[in-house]
Amino acid sequence: MLAFLTSIGYESWVLPTLLALPVAAALVIVLHGSASKGEGTGGLDDAAAMFPRRITLFTFLLEFVVSIGLWWVVAPGETGFRAVVDLPWIRTWGIRFALGVDGISAMLVLLTTFIMPLVVLGGWTSVRTKLHAYHALMLILTSGMLGVFMARDLFLFYVMWEVMLVPMYFIIGIWGGARRLYAALKFFIFTMVGSLLMLVAILYLGIKAGDPATGIPNFAFDQIFAAAAQTPQGGINLSWFGIFLPGSTLLFLAFFSAFAVKVPMFPFHTWLPDAHVEAPTAGSVILASIMLKLGTYGFIRLAIPLFPTAAMSPGMRTGIIILAVIGVIYGSLVAMVQPDFKKLVAYSSVAHLGMVMLGLFALTRESVQGAMMVMIGHGLSTGALFLLIGMIYERKHSREIAAYGGIAKVVPVFATLLTIVALSSIGLPGTNGFVSEFLVMVGSFKTYPYMTTISALGVILAAAYLLWALQRIIYNPLDKRDNEHLTDLNWREIGLLVPVLFAILWLGLYPKPVLARMEGATTSFVRRVEAGASQRAASLPRGAR
Amino acid sequence: MLLQEATRLSHPLSGSIAEWVWLIPLLPFIGFLINGWLSITSAAHVGPKDPSAAGHDAAGHADDHGHDSGGGAHGDDHHAVVRHRYAGIVSVVGPAVLLLSFGLAVAIFMAMLGVSREAPFVRTLFSWIPAGDLHVDAALQVDPLSMVMTLVVTGVGTLIHLFSVGYMQDDPGYPRYFAYLNLFVSFMLVLVLGASYPVLFVGWEGVGLCSYLLIGFWFTDKANADAGKKAFIVNRIGDFGFLIAMFLMFANFGVLDFVGVSAAAPGAGFNSALVTTICLFLFLGCAGKSAQIPLYVWLPDAMAGPTPVSALIHAATMVTAGVYLIARSAFLFSLAPVAQLTVAFVGGLTALFAATIGLKQWDIKKVLAYSTVSQLGYMFVGVGVGAYTAGIFHLVTHAFFKALLFLGSGSVIFAMHRAYHATHNHDDAQDMRNMGGLRRYMPVTFILMWIATLAIAGIPVFAGFFSKDEILGAVFARTHESTLSEVSWLGIPGGSLLYLIYAMGLAAALLTAIYMTRMMLYTFHGPNRSGEKEQSHLAEAPWIMTGPLVVLGVLSLFGGWLNLPALLPLGPVGALEHWLEPVVGSATNAVTRGPHEPAHSTELALIGAAVAIAALGIIIALVRLKPDRLVPKAQAPEEQGFERVLLHKYYVDELYDRVIVRPTVWISRNVLATGVDEGIIDKLLVTWVGAGIPRLFGWFGSRLQSGQVGTYAWVLLIGVIAVLGAFTFR
Amino acid sequence: MLAESLALSAVLFSIGAIGVLTRRNAIVIFMCVELMLNAVNLTFVALSKVYGMAGQVFVVFVMTVAAAEAAVGLAIIIAIFRHKQTVNLENINLLKG
Repeated sequence: MLAFLTSIGYESWVLPTLLALPVAAALVIVLHGSASKGEGTGGLDDAAAMFPRRITLFTFLLEFVVSIGLWWVVAPGETGFRAVVDLPWIRTWGIRFALGVDGISAMLVLLTTFIMPLVVLGGWTSVRTKLHAYHALMLILTSGMLGVFMARDLFLFYVMWEVMLVPMYFIIGIWGGARRLYAALKFFIFTMVGSLLMLVAILYLGIKAGDPATGIPNFAFDQIFAAAAQTPQGGINLSWFGIFLPGSTLLFLAFFSAFAVKVPMFPFHTWLPDAHVEAPTAGSVILASIMLKLGTYGFIRLAIPLFPTAAMSPGMRTGIIILAVIGVIYGSLVAMVQPDFKKLVAYSSVAHLGMVMLGLFALTRESVQGAMMVMIGHGLSTGALFLLIGMIYERKHSREIAAYGGIAKVVPVFATLLTIVALSSIGLPGTNGFVSEFLVMVGSFKTYPYMTTISALGVILAAAYLLWALQRIIYNPLDKRDNEHLTDLNWREIGLLVPVLFAILWLGLYPKPVLARMEGATTSFVRRVEAGASQRAASLPRGAR
Repeated sequence: MLLQEATRLSHPLSGSIAEWVWLIPLLPFIGFLINGWLSITSAAHVGPKDPSAAGHDAAGHADDHGHDSGGGAHGDDHHAVVRHRYAGIVSVVGPAVLLLSFGLAVAIFMAMLGVSREAPFVRTLFSWIPAGDLHVDAALQVDPLSMVMTLVVTGVGTLIHLFSVGYMQDDPGYPRYFAYLNLFVSFMLVLVLGASYPVLFVGWEGVGLCSYLLIGFWFTDKANADAGKKAFIVNRIGDFGFLIAMFLMFANFGVLDFVGVSAAAPGAGFNSALVTTICLFLFLGCAGKSAQIPLYVWLPDAMAGPTPVSALIHAATMVTAGVYLIARSAFLFSLAPVAQLTVAFVGGLTALFAATIGLKQWDIKKVLAYSTVSQLGYMFVGVGVGAYTAGIFHLVTHAFFKALLFLGSGSVIFAMHRAYHATHNHDDAQDMRNMGGLRRYMPVTFILMWIATLAIAGIPVFAGFFSKDEILGAVFARTHESTLSEVSWLGIPGGSLLYLIYAMGLAAALLTAIYMTRMMLYTFHGPNRSGEKEQSHLAEAPWIMTGPLVVLGVLSLFGGWLNLPALLPLGPVGALEHWLEPVVGSATNAVTRGPHEPAHSTELALIGAAVAIAALGIIIALVRLKPDRLVPKAQAPEEQGFERVLLHKYYVDELYDRVIVRPTVWISRNVLATGVDEGIIDKLLVTWVGAGIPRLFGWFGSRLQSGQVGTYAWVLLIGVIAVLGAFTFR
Repeated sequence: MLAESLALSAVLFSIGAIGVLTRRNAIVIFMCVELMLNAVNLTFVALSKVYGMAGQVFVVFVMTVAAAEAAVGLAIIIAIFRHKQTVNLENINLLKG
C-alpha cells in the first residue's frame, strides 16, 4: 500500500488537497446558491436544495477516501512528521504554509474525515432553510479543523483556529434552537477571549524566534520550540502574594486560556451546554466529536511541550489535575440531573474531557495513549449520541427526557443503537470507552494515585446518569400517547450509524493498530516533556520554580 | 513474549483440543448474534425516508402496535398466546450453542485428565491493549479452576436454556430473551477463562450488562427497569474497587495477567499494606458482584427478571464470580490475612443477616434471593479463611441445588400464572400465601424441590451437606495455628474472630433450614389457597421444563461426591481438592502452614453439630409453622413489630435512598447544577463580572455620547486647551 | 503690518469659535466654521510674507476644501431640515449613545 501511495506522490499533495477540497466545494455551492433564487421547500423533493447536500456529501466522502492513505503513511513506530508541505506564505512576516502529520494528528484528521460525511447525512432532512449557506459553512469549518490538526506553522495554526470559529458561530446562530443567539454569542466570546491571549503569546514567540538581523519573525514549529526553550528569565513579580510568575508560566497561561476554554475544563465549561443544546444536530456532533479535541490537541501539541517547565511545575500540574478531576466528577453529577438529554450529554463531555486532561498531565506513556484514545473514542460515541438525539428530535421535536418513556416498544432499532452507544460512553469493556478510560487511569495511577482514585468514581456516576436517562427514554411504561406514533429509524439513519458502531467495537476489541500508530508520537511527547521539565527545573533560579 | 510462546509450546496441552478453548465463549456469542438479529428484524419497522416530513401520518402504524404496546409484561394479560414467528429457530439455536460449548469443555476436561496440570495453559489470541509498559493480551487460561467453572457455567447453563424454551414460550420478546441469555453465557465464559485481570474484567462487566438487560427484560414495568438499573449501578460500585485493585497491581507489579501477578506478588511481602489494600479493593468488587454487605441490595430486586434468569445469573453463575475471583487471586489473598479475615467476616455476617430476612419474605423468589445472598456469604467464609477448595465446592453444589430451587419455583410460578391467566385473575402469582398444597398438582416439582431443600439445609448425603460442612470445618480448623489466627483484625484477635464467624455460620445454617422448610410448607403443603376456579388449571409444567429439573435433582443428590471427606469414604476422597491442588494448593497451605488433618473426633463433633442444627431448623419449622392457618395475600393482616422490620428487609434500601441516593441527586441539582453552574459560574462570573465590567464601561461611554454637537465642540475645545497646556507647561 | 494681520485673524478665529460653541442654529454654526477657516487663511497669507509662497498655496487648498465642505454640509443641513423641519442642533441628537 505504501509503495502505491509513494508512486502517486501521495505525501506531497494529500494535506493541501484535504484543505482545498472543502473550500472549492464551498465556492461551488455559494455560486450555485446565488444563481438559484428559488424558494423551495428545502425537503428531499426540492432539486435546488438537494444540490448542496449532494455536493457536500460527495466532497466529504472524497475527503475520507483521500485521507485514508494517511493510515499507511503514519506507520507504527514512526515518531516524526510525514506528508510535510512547506511553502512560503507571507514572506515579510516569515509566515509559512507548513503542514505535516504525525501519529497523533493523523488519527485526529482521520477522525474528522470519518465523522464529517456522517454529520452531513445526520442533518440530511432536518435542516430545511438556507441550505447553501449551511453546507458551505460546514465545508469551511472542516477546512479549518483539518488545518489546525495539520499546521506546522504557529501563525497558520492560529489562522485555522479562528477560521473554524466563525462558521460554527453561524451554524449555531442561524440553524439553532430557541436561544440560539445567546448560545452562539457565548460560544464566540468564550473562545475568542482565550484565543486573543494566545495570539499575544504567539506573536511574542514568533518575534523571539525570528531573525534579529532582519527583524522578520519566524513561526515554524521547530524554531518556535527552540525559542520557547530559552524563555526569558524575567516575569511578573507579585510580591504582595509572594508569587513570582516567570515568563514561561505567563506564556503557558496564555496558551492554556485558549485551550482550556475549548476543552472545556471545569470552570470554563459553561458555554458548552448552551452551545450543544442550541446547535443543530450537525453543530452538536462537530462540536463534541472534533472541536473539543482541538483544545486537548493544543495541549499535547503546543502548550505542554512548548513550556514543560511551566506546565509540569508542581503547582501548575497539580492545579490542572485537580481541575480535571473536578471536571470528571462535577460533569457527571451535573449531567445526572439534567432534564434535557442534549445537556446531559454535553456535561458528560465535560467529564470525558476531564479524563483526557488527567491523562495528559499525569504524563505516563499509558495515560497519554489513553488520553488520545479517549479523544478518538469520545468523538465516536458522543458524536453518535448526538446523532441519535437529533434523529429522535426530528420526530418528536423535544429533547426533554421526560417527554419520552417506553419507546423501545415503538422504535426498537433506535433503542438498540442508543443502548450500544450509551454503553460505550459508560465505558463497558469491549467498547472503545473501556480501553481508553482504563489506559488513562491505569497510567495516571502511577503518578497521581489519589486523584485517579477519585476520578474512577466517575465510572460509577457515568453508569448512573446514562442508565437513568436511558431508562426514562426507552424503558419504563409507554405512557405518552403521541409516542405511540413514533417511527423507527430509516435506512439512511441506520446506515450512517453502522460505521460508528463498527468503529466503537473495533477500538474496544482490537485497538492495537491505532495505539501502535500513536505510540511513537506519544512516547516522544512524554520523553520531551519529562526531559524539558527536569532539565530546566534544575537550571532555573530557586524562586522561579 | 518469546519466553511466553516457548512455555506455551512446551505445555502438555499444547496442540491438544485446549487450543480451541476460544470457541467456548465464541459459540454462545454467535448464538447471541443470530438471536439478536432475529429479534431486531422481527421487531423493526424501518421508518420513512424523511422522518420530519412524516411525523404525524403514522396513524395506521399505531394499529400495528396497538395490541402489544400495553406491555408484554409478565403478569399482564397477553390474550393472544401466539408464539414468536422465529420461535422455532431460536429454540434450537439458543440451547444448541451452549450444548456445543459444554461438549467442547468436556473434551478439554478429558484432555486435561491425562496430563500434568501444574502450570496453566494460556492460549493467547492477540495483543489487546499494548500501550507503554502495559501489555494486555486477549488470552484465555485453561487450568483446573477455570475448567470447573466452565463446566458449571455451560452445564447448568444448558439446562436453564432448555427450561427457558418452555418457560418463555409465549413471550413476545422470545428471541431477545435468548439473545441476552447467550450473550450472558459468552461473557461469563470470558470471565472464568480470562488469563488476566483486564480480560476477566471484560466478562465481569459484560455479565453485569446482561444482568441489567435481563432484569429489565419486561421493561415496560417501571419497577423492573429500576431493578435493572440498580443492579448495574451497585455493581459498578464494586467494579470501581476492582479497577483500583488493577491500578495498584499495575503500578506496583507492572503486569496484570495471573501468571505474572502470582510471580510478582510475594515480592510485596506477607501482610504488607500494599497486598492488603489490593485484596480489600478486589473484595469490594466481589461484594458488588456477589451481593455481599453492604452491596447486596441489588440482588433481591433482581428477581424482577424472568425466573430462569434468576436461576442462571442470580444464583448459579454470575453472582458466584466474586468467589471465583478470590479463589483465582488466592496467591494474593494468602499474603494478606487481614483482608482474608475481612472477607470471611463480611461473608459470615451476610450469611446470617440475609438468612434472617429470608425468614419473613412472602414472595417465593425473594426467599430464594435472600437464601442466595446468604449462601454466597458462606462461600466467602470459605475462600476468606483460605479454604479455597471448600468455597469453590460450595459454589458448585450451590449452583446445582439453587438452580433447581429457582427453576422449581419458576415451574410453580409458571403453573400459577397459567391458572390465573385462564381464569383472568390478576392476583400475585409469586406470593406463597396464594399457593399451598401444590404437591397434589405438581408432584415432580414437589419431590425435586424437597431434594434441593434438604441439600441447602445441609442434611447428610445431599450435596450441600458436604460443601457446607467443609467450610465450617475449615473455619474451625484455622482458629489455631494458621496465619489468620495470628493477626488481629480491628483489634480483635484473629482466632476469636474465627470462632465468631463459625458461630455465625452455624446460626445461618439453622435459619436456612427454617426458612427453606417454611417455603416448602407454604408452597406445597397444606390446603390450596389460589382459589377454587384456579385449582382445575393447576398442572405440572411440560417435559422441556421438568427434564432439566430432574437432571439438577440428581446433581443435588450426588454433587457431594465431588469432594468427599476422608471421614465418609463413600467414594473417591477429595476429588475436587486434588483437582484444584495446582491452582490453590500452595495458597491454602500458606494459610494453614502445610497440610494437616484435624483429629477425627473433632471432625465428627463438628459434623454432628452441623447436622443437628440443620435437623433442628427443619423440626422447628415443621412444628411452629401452620400452613393451614395461612390466608391468601389479599386477606392477610399487616405484620407488626420485628416481623415488619424483617419484611421490609431492615429498611436498608430506604436507608441507602435517604443517605446516599437522594442527597447526591439533591446536591447535584441544587448545589452544583443551579448553584455552581448556573449561579456562580454563569451568573456571577460570566454575566455579572465577565460581561458586567465591559458593560459598565460601555454605559459610561455611552453617557458621553449625548448627540449634542455643541457639547462635542466644547469637549473638543477643552481637549485642545488641555493638550496645548500640557505641552506648554510641562 | 504682520502683527495687526495676526491680531485680526485671532479675533476673527475667536469670534468663529465662540459662535460654534454657543449658537444652536446649524446654518449659523456653519458660517462660524467658515469664519474660522478664513481666519486661518488670513494667518497663512500674512505669514507668507515671512516664510515664502507656501502659505498662499495653502490658502488655495483650504478654500477648495471649504467650498466642497460647504456644498456637502449645506446639503446635509437641507436634508435634516426636510426630515425634522428644524435646524436647531438641540433637537438633533441621532448619535446619542
